[in-house]
Order: sequence, then C-alpha cells, then structure tokens
Amino acid sequence: MKPQWNGFTGGLWENEVNVRDFIQRNYTPYEGDESFLCGPTKATKELWDKVAQLAKKEREAGGVLDMDTETVSTITSHNAGYIDKDKEKIVGLQTDKPFKRALQPYGGIRMAAKACAENGYTISPKVAEFFSVHRKTHNAGVFDVYTPEIRACRSNHIITGLPDAYGRGRIIGDYRRVALYGVDMLIEDKKEQKNSTSSVMYDDVIRDREELSEQIRALEDLKKLGIIYGFDISRPAENVQEAIQWTYLGYLAAVKEQNGAAMSLGRTSTFLDIYAERDLKNGTFTEEEIQEFTDHFIMKLRLVRFARTPEYNALFSGDPTWVTESVGGMGVDGRTLVTKMSFRYLHTLENIGTAPEPNLTVLWSVRLPEKFKRFCAKTSINTSSIQYENDDLMRAVHGDDYAIACCVSSMRIGKEMQFFGARANLAKCLLYAINGGVDEVSKKQVGPKFRPITSEYLDFDEVMEKYNDMMKWLAGVYVNALNIIHYMHDKYCYERLQMALHDRNVTRWFATGIAGLSVVADSLSAIKYAKVKPIRDENGIAVDYEVEGDFPKYGNNDDRVDKLAADLVHTFLGYVKANHTYRDGKPTTSILTITSNVMYGKNTGATPDGRKAGVPFAPGANPMHSRDTNGAVASLASVSKLPFADAQDGISNTFSVVPGALGKEDAVFYGDLELELESFK
Amino acid sequence: MEIKGRIHSIESFGTVDGPGIRMTIFMQGCPMRCAYCHNPDTREMSGGTEMRAEEIIERYESVKSFYRSGGITVTGGEPLVQIDFVCRLFELAKEHGIHTCLDTSGAVFAPKSKTLMPKFERLAEVCDLIMLDIKHIDSEGHLKLCSLPNDNILAFARWLDKKNVPVWIRHVVVPGITDNDDYLYRLGLFIGTLGNVKALDVLPYHTMGVSKYKQLGIAYPLEGTEPLPPERAVRAKKIILDGIRSARTAAVH
Repeated sequence: MKPQWNGFTGGLWENEVNVRDFIQRNYTPYEGDESFLCGPTKATKELWDKVAQLAKKEREAGGVLDMDTETVSTITSHNAGYIDKDKEKIVGLQTDKPFKRALQPYGGIRMAAKACAENGYTISPKVAEFFSVHRKTHNAGVFDVYTPEIRACRSNHIITGLPDAYGRGRIIGDYRRVALYGVDMLIEDKKEQKNSTSSVMYDDVIRDREELSEQIRALEDLKKLGIIYGFDISRPAENVQEAIQWTYLGYLAAVKEQNGAAMSLGRTSTFLDIYAERDLKNGTFTEEEIQEFTDHFIMKLRLVRFARTPEYNALFSGDPTWVTESVGGMGVDGRTLVTKMSFRYLHTLENIGTAPEPNLTVLWSVRLPEKFKRFCAKTSINTSSIQYENDDLMRAVHGDDYAIACCVSSMRIGKEMQFFGARANLAKCLLYAINGGVDEVSKKQVGPKFRPITSEYLDFDEVMEKYNDMMKWLAGVYVNALNIIHYMHDKYCYERLQMALHDRNVTRWFATGIAGLSVVADSLSAIKYAKVKPIRDENGIAVDYEVEGDFPKYGNNDDRVDKLAADLVHTFLGYVKANHTYRDGKPTTSILTITSNVMYGKNTGATPDGRKAGVPFAPGANPMHSRDTNGAVASLASVSKLPFADAQDGISNTFSVVPGALGKEDAVFYGDLELELESFK
Repeated sequence: MEIKGRIHSIESFGTVDGPGIRMTIFMQGCPMRCAYCHNPDTREMSGGTEMRAEEIIERYESVKSFYRSGGITVTGGEPLVQIDFVCRLFELAKEHGIHTCLDTSGAVFAPKSKTLMPKFERLAEVCDLIMLDIKHIDSEGHLKLCSLPNDNILAFARWLDKKNVPVWIRHVVVPGITDNDDYLYRLGLFIGTLGNVKALDVLPYHTMGVSKYKQLGIAYPLEGTEPLPPERAVRAKKIILDGIRSARTAAVH
C-alpha cells in the first residue's frame, strides 16, 4: 500500500482505478446534526471581502472585468494566479488574475472573437488568423458538413441552441482520481489501455489510440499545472487539504481547456470526507481548518468565469457555468452517503454567503438522515441556494456514484458521459404538421412538403397522423445535426483532460431535448375535446387559432390531457431512437428549457391551445402559465406522469412560492403549546 | 340517498391548514358574517360544485405520495353547515387511513338539538384534529364582529374536550376589536380550562381579503383598519398564555 493511503481499508481500488470502491470501504456515514460546524476564519472573511469587491467591480464594468485576448488558454498557459496568496489554503485560477476571462477558441474562433468584441476587447489578430487559417475549430468543422435542411431548421428555430459554435460541456471528469491515485498512476493506467487496443487499424481503433495519446498528454500537463502552483501531484494526496487541492487542480485543468456550456464538478464531498475523518482522528487538522479548506475550495468554484457573448447570456438569463456538485444521496447498500463533509459544503452558504454557483445539488431520498433533511431545509430557507433532485429515481438507473451535470443530467462518474443536444421545438413541429412543413413565421418551406390540413376545424386523428410524420422527420434531421456536432467536437475540441479521468469504455448518452411540451399537450387536448378553427392567411397558412369550448389542460392532474403529454415524450424519443447515433450514443431526452422557453415562444407562431404568437412557452415540463387551477400538488402530479425512462436526461418543473405559502412563519406544531407553557411547570 | 357536498374549491397544496401538506377542501356556505372574513366568496349557502365524497378520496389517493405527513382538511365557508357530507367524507378517509382535520368556527353546534347531536357524535369519531376558530371571547363582542353570539362555540369547545378530540385554537387579533388585553386574557382563562388543546395559533389581522370584496362588489366592513403589526400578535399570544397558566394554576390548587 502507498504511504499516502495509510489508515485506509484496502480493496479493489488499490489495484484498479475504482473510486467508488474506495469510498464504500472507507467512508463514515453521518446521521448527526450540524452542531459540529465551524464559522468562517479571519482569512476566509478577508478573502471573500476581496472577491466581493472584485465582483462588484465586474458588475459595474458591465459584466466583464478583464479578458485575455492574447494567450490561448491551455492547462499550462498561465502562470499562477491568486486572490491573496498568503491567505489562500486552496489555490489556482483559470488565468493569472481573478476575474480575468480566458481565451478559448477551439469551440469556434468567431464566437471567441465576438465574446471579446461585444465586451469591449479585441482579440489578438494573430490568434484570430491562426484559428481561421491554420487551425480549424469545432464550429468550422460543423458548418463544413451541415446540410441545407439542417441550416433551415436552425434558422427557423425548430431546432435551437445547438452546441455548434461553442463548447458542448456536460462531461464530468472524475476529478477525485487525481487525489486518490496521483497523476502518475493514472498515466500508467492510460498507457496500459493504449497498449492493449486492437492491433488492426480501422478508424475506431485509430481514433481510440489518438484519443488515449491526447489523454496522456493532458495528464502530463496536469502535473505541470501542479508544479506551477508548487505541488507534486504525480503522487496521491496525503491529507484532506491536499485531497481538496488535487481534486480542484483536476477540475481547474478542465475549465482551462474547455469553455463548455456546463462544467460540473461531480460528487466530491463524501470522497473528501474520508480524508477529513482520517486527519481529525490523527490530529492533523482541526474541524475549523477543514471548514476553512472547504470554504476556500468553494470560493474558487465561485470564481469560474467564461468569455461569452451577451447573446449567449441572454438565452441563459445570466452567466451560468453550471459548476454542479452533487451532495448526499443514499448508497445501494442502504447506508446514507451523507457525511460531515456534506454538511460542510452546504455550510459554505452561511460562511461565505449565498451564491448560484457552485450549483449545490442535494440528492434527495426519503431515507436521508432526518437531521440532514432538517439542515437542508433550514439552509434552503436562509439562502435559497440549494437545488434538490430525486436520488431514489436516479439511483435505480445509475447506481450510487453518479453526479449531475448542468442542472439535471445524471451520469455515473468516470463511466458515463453525455453528448449534449439542445432541443427540438415540438410546438413548432405541430404547426409544421398543420401547414405542410411551411414555417408559420418565415413562411418558408422548411419541413417536407407534406399535404397541409385544409379543413375548417382541426380533426384530432388527422392532426395526430400528420404530426407523427412530421416528428419522425424532425427527429431524423435533429439526430443528423447532433451526429455532425459531436463528431466535430471530438475532432477539433476534444475534452482530453476530462476524458483522461474516465474509464476506457465509456457509455455515451446521446441527449436530445424537447421544448414546448405543455403547449403541444394543451393544443392536442383542445383539438380533441374542444373545437379548434385555424385562421389562415392569404396563402392558406394557419397563423392563428380560434378555440370554441373548454378542454382539459395539462397541470390539473387530469389523465385525459396528461396522457397526451406522456405519450408525446415516448413517441418522440422512439423516433429519435430509430436513427443511427454517433459512437453508439444511447438516446435519451430532457424536458428542461428553464430560461430559454421565452426565446422558443418568441420564435413560434400561435398554437391551437389558444396561445398567441410570440407568447413564451412554459419552462421545462411546467403547465402553461395560469392554466393549472387546482394548486401545486395537482400541477406536480401532471408533471410526475411523464415517463422518466424516456426522459432520463431530466424533467424540470419550475415552482416558485411566496414567503408564507410553505406554512406560517412561526409554524404551528403539535405539542408547541406544552413547550410554551413549560416555564409555568 | 347519496350525499353530495357543495364544494367551493379544492387547493391541492394546502400548507397552512393543519400538519403537513394537505388537500384543503373549501365548502360552500357560512351562517356567520365576520367583519374580517377573507373568503366572502364562500359565504352564500347556494352555489358551489356538487361532488361525492368518493370523488374527493379518489383525487386524494391519486396524489397521496405528496401528502405523506399531511391529510385532508375541510374548511370553508363553514363546513359543518354540510355536516352529513363531512361525516361521510371523514368516515371514508379513515377507511383509507387518511388524517382528517376540520377547520370550523363551531357556530352551528347545537347542544340541545336531538337531530344534530348524533351527527356531532359521529363526527367526533372520525375527526383527528379540529382547528377551532374562537373569534371573540366576549359574547356581545362576538355578536358585533360575527353577527352571532359565541355561546354555542364555547360550548362546542367544552364538548370537544369531553370527547377528547385534539384541538388547535386559532385566534385573529384585530386592531381596535380583539387587540385588547382584557379580552385576550379572558380567552386564555377559557382555553386554560380545556385539556385537549394541542396548539395555539395567534394570527395578526391582515387585509388580503379586501380584493375579493372588490371583485364581489360588496363593501368591506373593516375599511380603514390597518393590518396588525406581527409583534402585536406575539404580545397577544403572551397574554393568552398568561391566562392559560393562571387558569391551570387555579385548577391545580
């Protein structure tokens, strides 16, 4: 056993890269309360003050404080950067200064140049020339191959948000491997993988060998990044401070290389707690010190920034990085995966204030320890900064060592990755079915020239038949576009460091997405249960709809319409599955347009549910605004009928409550009166 | 004959009407005309949607996983105007193992009525919790505030104690009406004589109901009364608790 592993229980993990096995044999479930937690140290407060001042300056400067316009960002491109070197217990920045955004042109030089220009900076002409003439980018590759049909779908907004000009993200490296094994062991493992590929050189084997070479090179660079900050990360971490530092350097290397739409961290807290417990036992560090390391780590994650265009930020309502960290959950053996470190992570929200990033996500199970549940609830009430996801649902699919990428995409860490796939606008697709493939806004023939519906009133069976045909077509074009995108991303913007922190054989989820689910469900319901009359323009294109009579609306726990929504998800995914997917990606879908729903609505004409042209869609799988009239439970019940098996990439429902609506401020409980009268007894 | 209830509306996500998340049934019709009523749209005895108890239970069952520590609360209006229906609904609920809670003013309680009392007996069997709203401890004051005296209401509270049905007492403190130390203390003295009270919920008067009056085109009786500052409600609760203590001390000695 390596000296850094003293005190750990051995097992499979010693001889193979297997972080889960290490965790299972060594972690200490924690069922207690939060009373052990420590507040922020003086250094933490001073550092955070400094960060807060910089953040303020950044806001005052219009959103960007500084940009690198010269140096193309790589793992080793920049010298060490600090907030305040002497006070930082965990170190490392994306560039040489905090809040200075890196230049990352591999996804697309046009986007990188635009991000500079629109924020008031000018990209170095040399870099611009190099990536236009000498080195092709992902974006250039995609547009070399796109068909006119794909381009038309894109510009008419029936397929939108495609990661064809920016980094796809949604890949989580298993950054814990860096701490547990040290980089040298990981390099050895990758070399062995390379040596054992098939020796018959077809394109798949050639690609594997090239990728493995890139992965090994990235790991060598990662070691150099350690040296830049004064650490020898070729060996395993020997205490909790190093374990956090090593893990963070792994993550930092990833964000130095990739400007992905979502750059999530994984599920690190319970892993790191094993080191914390060992250090507490040996007296290496105190609880206060461990909380300080945690606070400084989380602080670094809050500093992650990317150079993006205002347009991009408008689509996502802000400047999100999706540094999602999954906390808690239950193990398949019934023990909770909540540890003291889970508490420490959430406690950073108290120690250094609230923040949207990192996106702390509690994997919620009904079996979580009661005291942890209460702590979560309390922290949520105080900070509004915790996301919750259903562990009981996801554990069944991904086991107990998965994490969330972005907002809801679940994957086994180091074993599964995702090809992010934006979304198809199924509401617009319904209008194409009615109008024979003509776009209701641009009036161009975008879809196949099928016969349009010409009857005075829409007939449900006729609409469904045509809609199925149109969805089948759309799914085909959509998968084609995604195949091109992921082929080119692998070729020109390969996530070599993140993939180096994956197993050799990776399951690839081929993610697709649906926009406009509730619009379509209500539209089909209106056609079926009320009378819907299309209003056609001079060219016979339906541009508006009159609805006579009432109809069941999605969001009221009414099976008549809820089933239409559920069937739609299943049907569409079925059409997606009928296509060949790049690298045997396993098709799945998501229903989670959390902010872009406004944009989708804006680009979609009037729909048969009575929604007017340009009106926003509901977010994600939400019912349309104010159509759910039976309260939240009925509304959630409709959403919960959507088949998770078909939408494993996530179903989101946005639900806001006004203060007081979740019970009274001074909640009344059984027995309270006795407590209040105790002084008398 | 099958009993149907006249239902004003159903809130599937009730969080302020008893323990846990609850399905809250608003019944149509109320005999009282409380000055600060915030559901004036439920007062008329006619109207509402007719529903069978089975339909409500069915609806509950289809989403029961949301109500793990909750149950059904019947409120209104005054639900006991339709006591037969409430009994039927609660009996059915108990068959399904659902926690039942009744939010009532107790105004229709009639201790001398030979027809009504067996119904109340039946109700006490299937009601897990009663949220009893005592609006004014002084009978004359009650008459002024709510158009009825409070004698039957207080009698109902005593009867529930005898039947050992758990009760939460709710009291709304209205500036210039019940925000009065003497009334509050007397209320405490009364509650102190009861052994079944599990919680005391003292609420500051608010004006969120005003918009409904405007919609209905009726005059708001407490026009001009300002909402009670929350700290006054805390103070009021202390006085009521003092009254409870003093009543209990008297009982011990």
